[in-house]
Amino acid sequence: MFLKLKTATAAIALTAMAGAAMANDLVINFDDLNPGPKKGFEDAVELFKSENPDINVVVNINDREAHKTAIRNFLTADAPDITSWYPGNRMAPFVDAGLFQPVDDVWADNGFNEDLAAIKATMSRDGKIWGVPYSYYQWGIYYRKDIFDLLELEEPQTWDELLAACGKMKANGVTPFTIGTKFLWTAAGVFDYINLRTNGYDVHNALTAGEIKYTDPRIVATFDNWETLISECGFVDNHASMSWQDAIAPFANGDAAMYVMGNFSVDGYKNAGLTEDQIDFMPFPTIDPAVAPAEEAPADAFFIPTNAKNVENAKKWLAFVARPDVQTQWNKTIGQLPINSKADISDDKFIQEGFALLNSATGLAQFFDRDAPAAMAKAGMEGFQEFMLDPSKKMAVLERLDTVQEEVYK
Amino acid sequence: MTHAVSPQSDARPQPSWMKRNKLAIAPWIFLIPALIFFAIYVVIPIFESLWLSLYEWNGLYDAEGNSTATWVGFANYAKLWDDPNFWTSLRNNIAWLVLYMLAVPLGLFIALFLNQTVTGMRFYKSMFFFPFVISQVVVGLIFGWFYNPDFGVVGTVWKAVFCEETTNILGNVTFTCSRPAPDILSSPEWATYGIIAAGLWPQIAYCMILYLTGLNNVAADQIEAARLDGAKGWKMLWYVVVPQLKPATFIAVVVTVIGALRSFDMIAIMTQGGPFGSTNVLSHYMFEVAISEYGERYGYGSSVATVLFGIMLFFISYFLWRMYQDEKGGR
Repeated sequence: MFLKLKTATAAIALTAMAGAAMANDLVINFDDLNPGPKKGFEDAVELFKSENPDINVVVNINDREAHKTAIRNFLTADAPDITSWYPGNRMAPFVDAGLFQPVDDVWADNGFNEDLAAIKATMSRDGKIWGVPYSYYQWGIYYRKDIFDLLELEEPQTWDELLAACGKMKANGVTPFTIGTKFLWTAAGVFDYINLRTNGYDVHNALTAGEIKYTDPRIVATFDNWETLISECGFVDNHASMSWQDAIAPFANGDAAMYVMGNFSVDGYKNAGLTEDQIDFMPFPTIDPAVAPAEEAPADAFFIPTNAKNVENAKKWLAFVARPDVQTQWNKTIGQLPINSKADISDDKFIQEGFALLNSATGLAQFFDRDAPAAMAKAGMEGFQEFMLDPSKKMAVLERLDTVQEEVYK
Repeated sequence: MTHAVSPQSDARPQPSWMKRNKLAIAPWIFLIPALIFFAIYVVIPIFESLWLSLYEWNGLYDAEGNSTATWVGFANYAKLWDDPNFWTSLRNNIAWLVLYMLAVPLGLFIALFLNQTVTGMRFYKSMFFFPFVISQVVVGLIFGWFYNPDFGVVGTVWKAVFCEETTNILGNVTFTCSRPAPDILSSPEWATYGIIAAGLWPQIAYCMILYLTGLNNVAADQIEAARLDGAKGWKMLWYVVVPQLKPATFIAVVVTVIGALRSFDMIAIMTQGGPFGSTNVLSHYMFEVAISEYGERYGYGSSVATVLFGIMLFFISYFLWRMYQDEKGGR
């Protein structure tokens, strides 16, 4: 009962602020205040306005972390017509609570089932499609091309080539990998890739959906490979006290040569003084050639809340943001990849390589912490960090994750 | 028709109920605003939280504004019992309580040291008091850098002792160490003590200022008398000065216990409960499971809060009882 009371108070407070809503509005809550993403979004809004002069577009931009908290209130208390959010398991609580509307008709009417086919499974839950993505980016290994050239190394294609390359780096005093696991999720990136290469996309999904155990022989095999990577390649010391930005320092100084990361990190390398000639991108090497290549490609999307007041306008916006020309322009501004297969990409070399990589992928994982439910993701990532600090705890960590899994998915 | 009323009989109308009970009512009228806010922000949330700990709830309402919580009874508490993270947090809470108590004697000794008349003493006193004035968040940040094995004081000293400056493959300066620098905040064994040490810094300053004011009230004639009787050094301190500081000691213990139990800012800033949950305390664990990005378990978080509330209640009741006893004795 008191729960209702709280909603009511929140609702009163928020309606007071949003009192000026007019008939033909479109209220959009967006979640990125960083200059690039903000400009990409605002440019798109301007274009949308010029194409739909009769619609009064109201935009609320918040920063990412604040948005994550605010969305839990505004979906009930004062829903916008459109909100940005993430697909995969991150949308599950809202879908399950009935706070998002299915948008299958938008997909059908605009041919998105073909143009956005790669991401469709990720946007679906309970047999319905819940949103429209506007951008994603690739993960992989960013490496120091100058160090590779000095050591006469080629981009390793296979696991053995990678381990051999690591041996050569270590012999020359270079730590193969940098990473900063203070905020945990970076370790999940490494885990996801070893798992995707060892077992493939279906096992990734089954694991994050709670269908297979962490002590399953396939997952243990993933951890065995990871242990090999730690002992034969190795990560920088003190990674548990570094953020991902801190971990750029040894990479920029030439102490470490590779970094398993997402494409958003390129800005960081350039800010640390590296030029495009010094850094390059390669896909994570194959471990088992029989496993079809799948990649990490977290997407950002728009959703229509159930309580949206201008659903027609909202659907116009969804159709608009997935249009090839809009996705082309938007992603050029923010330096990411368009999802619409008909869109063009910028001539940035990382974007080009990422585009080629993701187009040849057979499955696109969102990321461990977006595919697994929150409680599982937290425990899992803590386990990954613990394992990285002390690989001998492997089985203890996996057994604990099994207990958590039982609890979370029951 | 009106009667002329005689001035003697019924001279004044019966005073109103309000007027008669003026003395009894006035305090309550003045208290009402505070009571209303205290109820809204403290008392009611306590009961809400207790109630919520019996539900499983991800913090969401459905589109009509109905809560999606489901009643689970005491299941959250049963889960707590089997949750290793909860026990780690509780153990850390106890470590905080015990080690934080060091702030009381240390504060006393600094206060005794500073309780002299030397030129510029006010300046030294304010310097010692300084850490209490800056925000806990800032203290946490500073100590976080201090402990950093790469660029912090710890790292720099270590490099000077155990490392050699060399150039790496690209010709950039780097360090090769005979043994790796200690990474205090990433070590599951040491991180909690590292944070407590950071927390002690402002807490000692707080106790010090309490004792400094207490020392102002120490009766000079008693000191004088004790000196004539031949007391000095430790005996003077223990039997003459410390008993007179009893009120200050009491307050210092109270604020230190409460400070230890609500240690949240430092942990949030320095480790976020990591590495892998080994520096969590109950207050941070409650935040983590309920409100943080990977939380969304409000019922479970409330049950952690309830346990913390129980522990606090134990101490606070004891302190209140002591204060009540003292007041009774004082009359």
